[in-house]
Amino acid sequence: MAFTLYALIQTAILLTNAIAVLHEERFLSKIGWGAEQSIGGFGDEPGIKAQLLNLIRSVRTVMRVPLIAVNAVCIVLLLLFG
Amino acid sequence: MEFRQQPEVRMRGPLMDPRDPGLLFEDTSAGGNRHKPSGVGKGPDVCPGQALLSDPMSNLALVYGSSLASHGKEMMDKNLDRFIPISKLKYYFAVDTVYVSKKLGLLVFPYMHDNWEVNYQQDTPVAPRFDINAPDLYIPVMGFITYILVAGLALGTQNRFSPEILGIQASSALVWLIIEVLAVLLSLYLVAVNTDLTTIDLVAFSGYKYVGMFLGVLAGLLFGRTGYYLSLLWCCVSIFVFTIRTMRLKILSEAAAEGRLVRGAKNQLRMYLTMAIAAAQPVFMYWLTFHLVR
Repeated sequence: MAFTLYALIQTAILLTNAIAVLHEERFLSKIGWGAEQSIGGFGDEPGIKAQLLNLIRSVRTVMRVPLIAVNAVCIVLLLLFG
Repeated sequence: MEFRQQPEVRMRGPLMDPRDPGLLFEDTSAGGNRHKPSGVGKGPDVCPGQALLSDPMSNLALVYGSSLASHGKEMMDKNLDRFIPISKLKYYFAVDTVYVSKKLGLLVFPYMHDNWEVNYQQDTPVAPRFDINAPDLYIPVMGFITYILVAGLALGTQNRFSPEILGIQASSALVWLIIEVLAVLLSLYLVAVNTDLTTIDLVAFSGYKYVGMFLGVLAGLLFGRTGYYLSLLWCCVSIFVFTIRTMRLKILSEAAAEGRLVRGAKNQLRMYLTMAIAAAQPVFMYWLTFHLVR
């Protein structure tokens, strides 16, 4: 039960990587989670599914480039220190 | 930093303080800010009272070094304020003993309190000193530290203590707190709730359960396992009721908060969310303390 902050950082990096590798046209559109299907009208209730799709799309857009740097740093650190 | 109340002015309740309401603490700084003279070329005239250093070169170096240090401190203060909003944090620590004692009583026995609304003053919430329903960070921080100390005590009585254990307990509890706050933030975003709950508010509300946790462990130390289970049950139910009554006003719309049942998918979802947040508190309370009491 001993969680350390390092484990939390590892979990966060792994989860963000998992969201970033979801491909738009090969995977998300096939299961109906594509970007163009979530734009409903401008109603007041976006709904949970639309919010989730929005979140996935924004995470992918925003975190692509920083993730490259963070992953490179992680790889170097793991090679050096095991 | 210390603060003191002026004895002749003690106002409680919704009446506003006659002093400047934007001032959270009295200003007890002695002389205010004084700029160090940065006269590099002045030599022994600005020596700070030390007759020992008669060498003009070391005087020069002393003055220059002190001016560099104050300049660095200013720059660091300015940059730190950008990352951690220090002024907003000060609001959460503006408490006094009456507030703390009342709030602790409310955490353990929330069943008699009727008015759970936070008073506002020109769009900003009133400081916790004047309103018992306002969230604060003092009780969560002190509760966290007390929980760590009591955990060390409990482990010591079972001969399982070592100094690293304290650090492991602290970081473990902190990690669970971060996970819980992130989960609540994520679910608030997904349900698209328009609320004025900030992240620090959520940290404060999630930190109130440390009080129940260390009370349970203390009872377990004094009275054995039955004492632990009884007091933990009592504290769990209290935190559940407290969280529901506090969160209901913030998350649900006004009509539902007044007690009238409003049908509709939106309010139902928000009610489920409030119940889920409240139900997570006893789970965490048990999860983080059961290994301490044998």
